[in-house]
Amino acid sequence: MGSITLQKVSKVFGEAKVIPSIDLEINDGEFVVFVGPSGCGKSTLLRLIAGLEDVSDGQILIDGKDVTQAAPAERGLAMVFQSYALYPHMSVRNNIAFPLKMAKMEKSAIDKKVTDAARVLNLTDYLERRPSQLSGGQRQRVAIGRAIVREPSAFLFDEPLSNLDAALRGTMRLEISDLHHQLKTTMVYVTHDQVEAMTMADKIVVLNRGNIEQVGSPLELYKSPRNLFVAGFIGSPHMNFVDGAYAQSKSAKTAGIRPEHLILSKDSGLWTGTVKVAEHLGADTFLHLDVDGIGQVTARAGGEFGAQYGDRVYLTPDEAKLHRFDDKGIALRA
Amino acid sequence: MARNVTTRHKVTATAAAWIVALIIFFPILYTLITSIKTEPEAIAGFSLWPSGTFENYITVQTQRDYLKPFMNSVILSVGSTILALIIAIPSAWAMAFSPTKRTKDILMWMLSTKMMPAVAVLVPIYLMFRDFGLLDSRIGLTVMLTLINLPIVVWMLYTYFREIPGEILEASRMDGAGLWQEIVYVLTPMAVPGIASTLLLNIILAWNESFWTIRLSTTNAAPLTAFIASFSSPQGLFWAKLSAASTMAIAPILILGWFSQKQLVRGLTFGAVK
Repeated sequence: MGSITLQKVSKVFGEAKVIPSIDLEINDGEFVVFVGPSGCGKSTLLRLIAGLEDVSDGQILIDGKDVTQAAPAERGLAMVFQSYALYPHMSVRNNIAFPLKMAKMEKSAIDKKVTDAARVLNLTDYLERRPSQLSGGQRQRVAIGRAIVREPSAFLFDEPLSNLDAALRGTMRLEISDLHHQLKTTMVYVTHDQVEAMTMADKIVVLNRGNIEQVGSPLELYKSPRNLFVAGFIGSPHMNFVDGAYAQSKSAKTAGIRPEHLILSKDSGLWTGTVKVAEHLGADTFLHLDVDGIGQVTARAGGEFGAQYGDRVYLTPDEAKLHRFDDKGIALRA
Repeated sequence: MARNVTTRHKVTATAAAWIVALIIFFPILYTLITSIKTEPEAIAGFSLWPSGTFENYITVQTQRDYLKPFMNSVILSVGSTILALIIAIPSAWAMAFSPTKRTKDILMWMLSTKMMPAVAVLVPIYLMFRDFGLLDSRIGLTVMLTLINLPIVVWMLYTYFREIPGEILEASRMDGAGLWQEIVYVLTPMAVPGIASTLLLNIILAWNESFWTIRLSTTNAAPLTAFIASFSSPQGLFWAKLSAASTMAIAPILILGWFSQKQLVRGLTFGAVK
């Protein structure tokens, strides 16, 4: 079991209110991702759950039990850190065995668990090595191994992939998702990368300046962002925001159109723009355009849409997929 | 072509490095050479070719007992280093892991005491030693050397402890380690290399310290620095014997330094390079 409940949790560092007040429900077995720009308080929130920081006010419950004052070790959680935080003076075997030794488990039982974890994580051949002799991906696996052997009620991940290169990040993303399906244990994952959030999460919590902007499944956030911040943060490339006459014609302060919801044509359309940059990714082409009377706009075209720097192209927003926001930046629902 | 240039560079750089090393090492080498000259040879002027006599070493040992100042040097340097570590480890620990607004100021203040010329406090310290009966006592000198090197010890340990990443300590807390287990299984193994190189460097510094050891000791507590100095005495100049005594004084620490080179280099860079 591993449900986590935050009730009016706040955190103050000196003068700075990092987290004003947060209520959140994390269900057992859920993969929850905290996402937001740097400094939004997502790591602090995770560290509050872990018990590495003291809560200034409010309560944290794990499986209905108040753990607000409990030490990290008493909460039954395991954490994977951004820097891996492996013990540099111990072999991989001893790193993974460490939490079990602390729990005073029998040696034979420890050996079995370590061997099992190493097999699952492809670390069997590296058990006698030191962390410094491993690659980044292997180190990350050791950190995960150290977390899973304890069979915690929930895993906490603090930007675990940000030190890896792009290719490895993709692989590890799949491995962590796969692990979640196998273990069915609650996972709380912090990242600033919205792609990680979208691909891994059951539930995304978008944070900004210590406040929750929106909670929902990846597609809910993509389809109906509650405000400008969420609309701009979720989705890649970012949503285009258009003010002025066009927005007013849709009775909104700001209109939002995702790059993939702009219909491109070389012959006719609502708007006309000049190609500033064309990013050819193969399957897709992203065009960064200077649109007359609108400004900078990003549009997604098919890979075959041949456009070069300086070309004039026509764009038409897909009205059905348009997002409208009022003067406070809150989404208007039709 | 490119290969030729790099080879030539390498040769030049290697030659330059050897020349610089030789210049730095030369005083020690010349001491060694002079120590196996006869006394007239030593006074005669510059010469790199000694007659190769070991007479001086025998005379030095029979005239004055080498063993006593040697033991004093060992007791003073090791004793003062251990005493300094006992004081410095907790203080550097506190400053590295729970710093306050004033921590940097305190560190700078400690270091500033090293900027003062030692001779400025010679008279008050001499008088204090005299009044407390500490002149020519091993305890007095051990305390003196401890105090002199304490700022450097605190600084070195502080920079080492700062390099221990906080996340690893947090990881151990998450893994269920209590405070005691955290200290024994995680902190100590990571801090030991830093403590070891601080220990080595400080032993060398204390071994070589001559200003206070010569002035505050006469016979009983006199270490090897005083032993060397005694050969340039009113009895006259004995260059060869002085060199033999010097060689005997620096040999132990040179050997210790040779075997702990790796640790020392890390110690001397002072945490500046990771």
